[in-house]
Amino acid sequence: MAVPKRKMSRSNTRSRRANWKATAVGTTTCPQCKAEKLPHTACPSCGAYKGRHYGAAERAEHQG
Amino acid sequence: MPTPTKGPRLGGGPAHERLILANLATSLFEHDSIKTTEAKAKRLRPLAERLITFAKRGDLHARRRVMTVVRDKGVVHRLFVEIAPDMAERPGGYTRITKVGARKGDNAPMAVIELVREPLAKKAVVAEAEGATKRSAKDAKKDKGAKKADKVEAPAADELTIDDAADGHVGDDSAQATAPAAFADAADAEHVGAEAELPAGAVAPLADGSAPEGYTIKGNADSGLYHEPDGRWYDATVAEFWFKSAEDAQAAGFTKAGSKKSDD
Repeated sequence: MAVPKRKMSRSNTRSRRANWKATAVGTTTCPQCKAEKLPHTACPSCGAYKGRHYGAAERAEHQG
Repeated sequence: MPTPTKGPRLGGGPAHERLILANLATSLFEHDSIKTTEAKAKRLRPLAERLITFAKRGDLHARRRVMTVVRDKGVVHRLFVEIAPDMAERPGGYTRITKVGARKGDNAPMAVIELVREPLAKKAVVAEAEGATKRSAKDAKKDKGAKKADKVEAPAADELTIDDAADGHVGDDSAQATAPAAFADAADAEHVGAEAELPAGAVAPLADGSAPEGYTIKGNADSGLYHEPDGRWYDATVAEFWFKSAEDAQAAGFTKAGSKKSDD
């Protein structure tokens, strides 16, 4: 079985991982409460989606 | 080769998957609306819709086919007696999936899947067609409105018409549907629009929304634009004000429709 000849250096490991970046998600404005929300998703602050209300979508402060 | 199942596999094996889906379907028909993960909701949808199709057929054979999935007789009864009649007019599309954001523990995308039990809405009419209907209604009332030129305007009818005219532009179907009715209500009032709000050189439309004689330019109070008779949106515009010429409209602070918006 093919195996690495040398241990990967700390520097190589870290420079590889330095390129793992997070990107910001695109958000839209809720037409009902003007809060930011994910597109195509019921609003987490007021639960509104296309004129309907979804209580399951609403998030309290501690729920994240 | 058998066609593979669409969507992600669930559970630890085929039997587990069948049980998960059967339990989800049972809960859905019991509660009308359930919150689950997006993947499960998407797998549940075709199964649930097929069961509703069986329920619409309603005979004993269909009931036995449903009983092989939904084991609870009470729930099957509810499906056949309460849910199926609501779906009678609906040609498929019995369920609706709405995303509700990620679950806290494992960040799984969650969704609410619900039965669409409200009565079938009338097919949304294209805005253009509705505009045409409105215009023909206007033309029919033109003569009637001209005869009643001296009557004092009714404040209630006045307000109603302005609101509806504003809503009509947003594209709200229900508001548009009520707009012609509002015009009918306002048929007795001479002028639509309060005198105090009129800019210089502008004239409020007649009671039926048609143009006073000699005034050809439509002014839209909501957008601050004016429309000339050969303009693209002229026919679709509900005029709050009428102007004699484009210069008058510009003097009143209106911008030509289609030209670049200056401040809004």
